[in-house]
This record gives sequence, C-alpha cells and structure tokens, in this order.
Amino acid sequence: MNFDELFGNFPALTITGLEQGAIYALVALGYTLVYGVLRLINFAHSEVFMVGTFTALWTWEAFGYNQNTAAPAFGPLIVALLAGLAVAMVASAATAVTVELVAYRPLRRRNAPPLAFLITAIGASFVLSESFGIGTERAPYGMPTLIPQETVFTLFGAPITNLQLLILGVTLIMMIGLDQFVNRSRLGRGIRAVAQDPDTAALMGVNKNRVILLVFVLGGLMAGVAALLWDVRFGFTKFNVGFLIGLKAFSAAVLGGIGNLRGALLGGLLLGVVENYAAGLFGGDWKDFTGFVLLIVLLMFRPTGLLGESLGRARA
Amino acid sequence: MTATSEKGRMSAFRSRWDAMPKQVRWAGLAALVVFLYILPNKWFYEYLGFPIGSDYFAFYTTRSDFATVLFDTAIFVLLAVGLNVVVGFAGLLDLGYFGFYAVGAYTVALLTSPESRFGTDWPWLAAVPIAILVAMVSGVILGGPTLRLRGDYLAIVTLGFAEMIRLYAARNEGIAQGQRGIPQIPHPPGTGADGKALFSVESSKPYYWLILTVIIVIIFAMRNLANSRVGRAWVAIREDEDAAEIMGVPTFKYKLWAFAIGAAVGGLSGAIFAGKQTFINSDSFLLENSILVLAAVILGGAGNIKGAIVGGALTWYLPEWLRGIGGLIGVEFDAAEYRILVFGLVVIVMMIFRPQGLVPNRRRAAEFADRRKEAVPQETVPNE
Repeated sequence: MNFDELFGNFPALTITGLEQGAIYALVALGYTLVYGVLRLINFAHSEVFMVGTFTALWTWEAFGYNQNTAAPAFGPLIVALLAGLAVAMVASAATAVTVELVAYRPLRRRNAPPLAFLITAIGASFVLSESFGIGTERAPYGMPTLIPQETVFTLFGAPITNLQLLILGVTLIMMIGLDQFVNRSRLGRGIRAVAQDPDTAALMGVNKNRVILLVFVLGGLMAGVAALLWDVRFGFTKFNVGFLIGLKAFSAAVLGGIGNLRGALLGGLLLGVVENYAAGLFGGDWKDFTGFVLLIVLLMFRPTGLLGESLGRARA
Repeated sequence: MTATSEKGRMSAFRSRWDAMPKQVRWAGLAALVVFLYILPNKWFYEYLGFPIGSDYFAFYTTRSDFATVLFDTAIFVLLAVGLNVVVGFAGLLDLGYFGFYAVGAYTVALLTSPESRFGTDWPWLAAVPIAILVAMVSGVILGGPTLRLRGDYLAIVTLGFAEMIRLYAARNEGIAQGQRGIPQIPHPPGTGADGKALFSVESSKPYYWLILTVIIVIIFAMRNLANSRVGRAWVAIREDEDAAEIMGVPTFKYKLWAFAIGAAVGGLSGAIFAGKQTFINSDSFLLENSILVLAAVILGGAGNIKGAIVGGALTWYLPEWLRGIGGLIGVEFDAAEYRILVFGLVVIVMMIFRPQGLVPNRRRAAEFADRRKEAVPQETVPNE
C-alpha cells in the first residue's frame, strides 16, 4: 500500500475523482429514473451513453474537425460544442426511447415476469453495442482536441483545469435542472406519482405509458450530456465504452439510493473519489475493482443506499 | 399460426415419445449417445457415403476442425446445463456465468503450470476438484450478500464479477500474468493403446469424448436434483418466493445452493478447457460469452435440461456450420462475428413471442401463459 501517494496527492486525487464522478452521476440518473418508475435495471442505458459519444464525434467530423486540426477559436468552439451536445442528447434519448418501445413495452403489455425484462435489457444492450462494434470495426476512435487542457488555478496544491471546471459546472446545472423539473413541474409530478403507485396514479388520470416514455427521454438526455463530457475529457470512444461506465454508474446509483435523484449525484461523486483514492493506495490495477467491491459491501450493509430509495417520496 | 401449429407438432411428438415403452426410450437415448460419440470420426462420414475432401458435408464444419468445433460446442452445452440450474430451475439471473468458468480455468492453471508463481506443479486431475471448490466458494461469496436482496441486484453483481475477473486477469502481472497468460498447463492423464498420451495437442477428439462423458454424468445428476426436495424447492422459489418462504422453504439457503451448484459446473468446464488449451490468458474469458450462454439457455428453454442442451448446441455450432455453408456457396462471411448481435436480437424476440423457449419446460410455459392471460388488455383503455 502506497500511503505517500494517497496523502501526497490527496487534493489532486480528489478533484480528478470528482471530475470522473460527475460523469458517472449523469449516467446514473438514467438508471435511477427508470428504476424508480419501472423497478427495472435498464442494462441498455450504458449503450445509450455509448451512442452519445459516437454521435458527438460524428457531428464534429461533419464540422471538419479531426485529430489533426488545431483547437478552434472561442466562437466556433461554442458552436461545435453546442451542436455536439444537441446531437448527442437527441441521439441518446432516441436510443433510449427506441429500446423502450421495441423491447420493454411489448413485455409490459404481456405482463411478463421481471426476469424477462432483465433478459431483454441485456439483449438490447448487446444488440446496440454489437451493431456499433461491427459498424466501427471494433476500433477505438480518437476525438478532435476541441479544448486543450490547461490549468486555471491551483487549490491546495492541486491544479484545477478548465475541463474540470466545465464538467463539474455542466453536471451541477443539469442536476439542478432535472431536480427542479421532477420536483416542480406538472410532468415531474406525474413521474413521482407513477413511481409511488402506478395503479393509483393511472386512476388519477396520469398517463402511465407517457410517463415511462418521459423517463426514458430524460435519462437519455442526461446520458447524452455525459457522453459529450466524456468525449471532451477522455478523447476517445469505442463500441464497448459504455460497459464499464454503465456498471459504475449503476453502482453509483445504488450507492446513493436507487430511485433517488440526489442520491445519484452523491453516489457518482463519491464513487469517483473513492475509486481514485483506491488507485492511489493500491495501484491502478485496482481502480475498476473498487467500485465493484464498494457495491457488494454496500448491498451487504445498506442495500437502500445512502439517501434511501425514493423517487416517489422525494420532497414535494 | 405457424407458431401454434409447430407447438402442437412438438408437444405431439413429446407425448408420443413419453407414451413409448421405457425400453424403446432407453434404446433411443443410447443410440443418440453412440451417435454423438462417433460424430467426430471421419470414417463415419465415409461410411455414410459423403465425399471426403470436397466441401460438401452434412454437418461437418468445413472451415474449422470439426472435432474442435464439437469440443467448443460441448463446453457450451455443459455451461448451458449449469446455468440452467440458476436461471431455469431457481429463476435467478446470473449474467456473469463465464466468471466462474474463468475462476475454474485459472485455478487449474495456477496450480498445475510450472510457469505459475505458486510453483505447486500439481497434475491436472488433482487440480480439478480444487477448481470446482474455488468456483463454488466464489459463488457463495458473491451470492451471499446479493441473494438476500431483490433478484435484479444479483444480475448486475454477477455481470460486474465476470468483467472484473477478466480485467484483473488482463492487468495483474504478479499472479495472472496479464496478457502473457499462463502457459504449459498439463493435459489430462491417460495413455492410449499405442502407448502415446491419450490427451495431446494433436487432436481434439479425446477432449470431446471426455466432456461428452462429463455432460452425461452431469445430466443424470441434474435430473435427480430437479426431481428431489431441492428441485421442488427451486420451483417453488421461482414461481413465488414469498409463498415459498411462508410454506417453510428456506429460500435463501436453496437460492445459494442453486447458485453454488451452477458455479461449480462453470468451474468444472473451465478446468477442462484449461486442460485442453494448455494456455490461458484474459482473452479467453470475454464477457460476451456469458451472454451467449444465457442466450443459449433462454433460446433452448430455461428450466428444461433438454432445452439447455439444444440451446447450447445451437448457439455455438450453428455459426460455425453456417461459415462452412457460406464458403460452399461462395459467400465469404464470418457468422461468428455476428453471433452476439444475432443472439441478442433472438433473445429480445423470444422474450416477447416465445418466452418459454424452443423446448419448453411445461410448468414454466404454463406460468407464462397464465401471466399473459392476467395482463390488462391495454388497447381497450383509451390512453391518448
């Protein structure tokens, strides 16, 4: 164990952990929303994220950026980022909705047992990732460098980069927006009602199928944002990029309390940070292991997560 | 329409088969077993009159060594039979079944290979029980915390388990030796009539026969298990866990047993695989294979051992065979490349239209039909 590495780089490990955790959190929102309403682990959500990373890349390629072009000036940069963001969000949401309409809805209509939903979810996940795998020849794709990483200021000896500020800022904005939407708007009230009691909600005039669709759309939009941030920060994508992110995001959702939006944010950030500490302490081999071990330990001692499971019981 | 008539035909065949005298059924099964044993021999096809050397064979795979394909298929069938206990009998979703296969293979490799850090140099046969035991224990460690909770957590934890084993094996240099892997794993023991070692790299046939024998033994064990007190407890848990608990079935205990037995079979197949391959690294244990095994069980019919066998055979053998057929008609395509895509689609479609599988377990088929009847006809409710 390397305590020097952990304590020497504590602030830096924390900030990079938060940065990664923010992406986990955004993906975790999709799991949590769907789980809260349908009690279903949507395995295909990791692929929803993957679709976002590719479509953002294709958008930038359409704009003429590739790995050899220099970073654009401020104006074109904003245009490229916003275009990539819009396309990624729409594509991810469309993927999520497609999976719901093609795979899950027919099962609900047939009153299939929960096991059938899970099997379908994993099938959908592999169909998506394999079709991208075959289409892209299973190669990793590099991103154009849109924002060169540079240190803006230092905090407790940890360099804070512009990308970290961007990622944390965007995540916070999305998070607050979604939280407000679910807790304040009329549609959000529908989501909470169905999460709490689907049958009663239906009796009260909530259109259950529309709420479910909305949940998939929201999850997809968040995954699209996460995909764009991933592209900008990590600079590559691959057909199976979603798998590990998906697994960690799900762990994050459970960590914070699945079905709980704020829990997803907390869980994501916490997981990112803990993972980085573990990498510092035990070495990089163990990084991906940490989230998984954390998930098992958590299920053993507090299966409802840190903040409890409550999309339905969220503050009115 | 075709689906119902086919179903009718299949169940008609089944009831006729069941109505036959016991001796006839045993003779039929014995003939099937003999057929499976002589399947990899070339003289068998010459005897049947297929022109050897040309590209035309009935079920010979022309693009790859037939005995190797048969061996891989048999490994797959064994895995499907093992996973069937978990998914089919007890109704638990295990998405990382290949993880136990990896555990079994790595245990054998570490204990037997002279290249391993442990330096134990055991013979292959001595390592097999240990591999089964280690796989079983890892199943209990994994299942212990998760099986008390809702079933869907088990799915994600097992999925993570399989991938973590692979990632760790790929990155860890100290024990698993990363991408270099562990070479020089000894073969199973035994010398043939001509004094040469029975199991060698020269031919896959002996391995195929070995695993075929193992499968037959396992099938007998599974059949007895399914008809025993344990098997009945599994069915009760699968159909209604709460009701089973109230009726005095210790659900957690039996779920853990199902999980551990499934893991043990996975470990066993991994051990045999390691003995044949003599070299393993993390690339042998891709996550996709877990999904293929699951697809095999679902496709064949979860809860039915025959179904698991049919499904396992189809998922591995069919793409290889198609590759040969493609070559025959001049189309160069690698069916194995599309395997996961196709079986993913098959799983989705099956879950909607035929969730009980090709060779269904009767009770499970009845369950699905019941639930479908209970479904609220949503079309009659004006939604929009």
